[in-house]
Amino acid sequence: MTAKLEKPLTQDMHADGSALDLPGYERAGGYQAIRRVLSGGMAPKAVTEEVKNANLRGRGGAGFQTGLKWSFVPLGKEAANPTYLIVNADEMEPGTFKDRLLLERNPHQLIEGALIAGYAIEADIAYIFLRGEYTLAAERISRAIAEAYERHYLGKNILGSGYSMELHLHLSGGRYICGDETGLLNALEGKRANPRSKPPFPPVVGLFGKPTVVNNVETLSCVPHIINNGAAWFRSLGRTQDAGTKLFGVSGKVKRPGLWELPIGTTIREILEEHAGGMREGLKFRGALPGGTSTPFVVEEHLDTPMDFSEMQKVGSRIGTGTMIVLDDQTCPVGMTANLIHFFAQESCGYCTPCWSGLGWADRILKSMEDGHGQADDLTKLAFQAKMWAPGNTFCALAPGAADPLETALKYFRGDFERHIREHRCPWR
Amino acid sequence: MLSVEEINEIAAETAHYPKREAGCIDALKIVQRHRGWISDESVRDIAVHLGMSPTDVDSVATFYNLIYRKPVGRHVISICDSVSCWIMGYEHMRKHLHERLGIGFGETTPDNRFTLLPSVCLGCCDHAPAMMVDSDLHSDLDPQKIDAQLENYK
Repeated sequence: MTAKLEKPLTQDMHADGSALDLPGYERAGGYQAIRRVLSGGMAPKAVTEEVKNANLRGRGGAGFQTGLKWSFVPLGKEAANPTYLIVNADEMEPGTFKDRLLLERNPHQLIEGALIAGYAIEADIAYIFLRGEYTLAAERISRAIAEAYERHYLGKNILGSGYSMELHLHLSGGRYICGDETGLLNALEGKRANPRSKPPFPPVVGLFGKPTVVNNVETLSCVPHIINNGAAWFRSLGRTQDAGTKLFGVSGKVKRPGLWELPIGTTIREILEEHAGGMREGLKFRGALPGGTSTPFVVEEHLDTPMDFSEMQKVGSRIGTGTMIVLDDQTCPVGMTANLIHFFAQESCGYCTPCWSGLGWADRILKSMEDGHGQADDLTKLAFQAKMWAPGNTFCALAPGAADPLETALKYFRGDFERHIREHRCPWR
Repeated sequence: MLSVEEINEIAAETAHYPKREAGCIDALKIVQRHRGWISDESVRDIAVHLGMSPTDVDSVATFYNLIYRKPVGRHVISICDSVSCWIMGYEHMRKHLHERLGIGFGETTPDNRFTLLPSVCLGCCDHAPAMMVDSDLHSDLDPQKIDAQLENYK
């Protein structure tokens, strides 16, 4: 958009924390991408092709190829009507606080991204599914939607192009499981947010049975920049084979917890030491969940791994949401694992047995271990449960997401678990 | 009975969907905003209004944690109990709130001023520990800050 392109997602945000309004966004080059697309510059398929070539991968945690997802939607006169686009703004993965920034500080960037995505899949109706607790974001997104309607960026016959898209804000009633793609669809239909059995996948059979694409806030916020600057530019932003920048965050007992837009492929060590300032005085690094609670632990030996989709997988973990939670040497790894599993057990929608039953069981085992009542065979039982949560045994990724931190905690912090059982107490209490 | 105001607000939301019952969660939130919580009577009223069975509406109402099926106090405190806040001192904040208010989770103070609830991650992890009071986010908490903030909610 402007000369300094290394931080496309955050460079135009106001330093005082206020939202970039529509005139401000336009002054920074905003809505140029959708203007170009709608004025006949690009056909829907060409937009999808550009995003595919840019190698944009989903920023919500799963990392699916965005352009590929769009390409599954049937186009043209034979396609089922209407087609839906959904912005997944249900940021509830513990330790994750990145979409909040994009929603609160640059809402029009998201709306323009949604418009371009909507055009590419020929969507008629779009929803922003926002978690209910994000009250400031709700206020700012509502205002931005109203501004965009006023300037004919939304509604019927947008900018005289013949393309029409309505955009509505839906405020969620709560529950982590709404962040799951198909759980979200059921929630938008006014039902309990139980994830659906797949296939069929949402691009073919989604909201109200119609073709639907669900994309994360950060993913869509990248899209206007890809259209403005091209796929090759976007690919060049990454430090590894992956493309673009990424919002990386750090929480836990580091000197400067925070959030930064950096090239994808920046190493864990650089994020932790240069940006977060390293550990607080007197504390040592023991491990981290690199991208929210559903990602496998990494430890000291992994610190030089680039945070991207491929390299993290090579060391048995995942980039997830890109916001890491740091475990220090004065915090109990068993207590932390107990907190994680308690969260997953509580947030299970209650449908698939390995999930609702197994997570509850593991939750009770870990709590009793923390309370000094651990049994000799507890670790075998926990490992067995984690195996039951493997992908394919449940409809969604909640249980597999719980298995990842549990299995790696048992691997890297085994001595701590054994000590809890042996000493009949939590050594940190 | 739903009020005219509630019916109008619900209509504005159901207009966004091809089916009326899709507005169920919105309707529950609207009625709760007006009445503080969702009573059995409200469940029935919403069911009739949207052409659903009361059982279906109740199964939705009890699923979502931001819908209250019990009366709550004038202000609802939701303290984040997820992992980043846990590392940064959640247990200490929780105990402080229990002691100060004299209530456990899911309970309301006798003067009906505060209801205390645990919450999943509030997305404020770089400023943990965090809590919300009604729709306001409070972060970088310590016991003194909690005491000072609560004074603003009468």
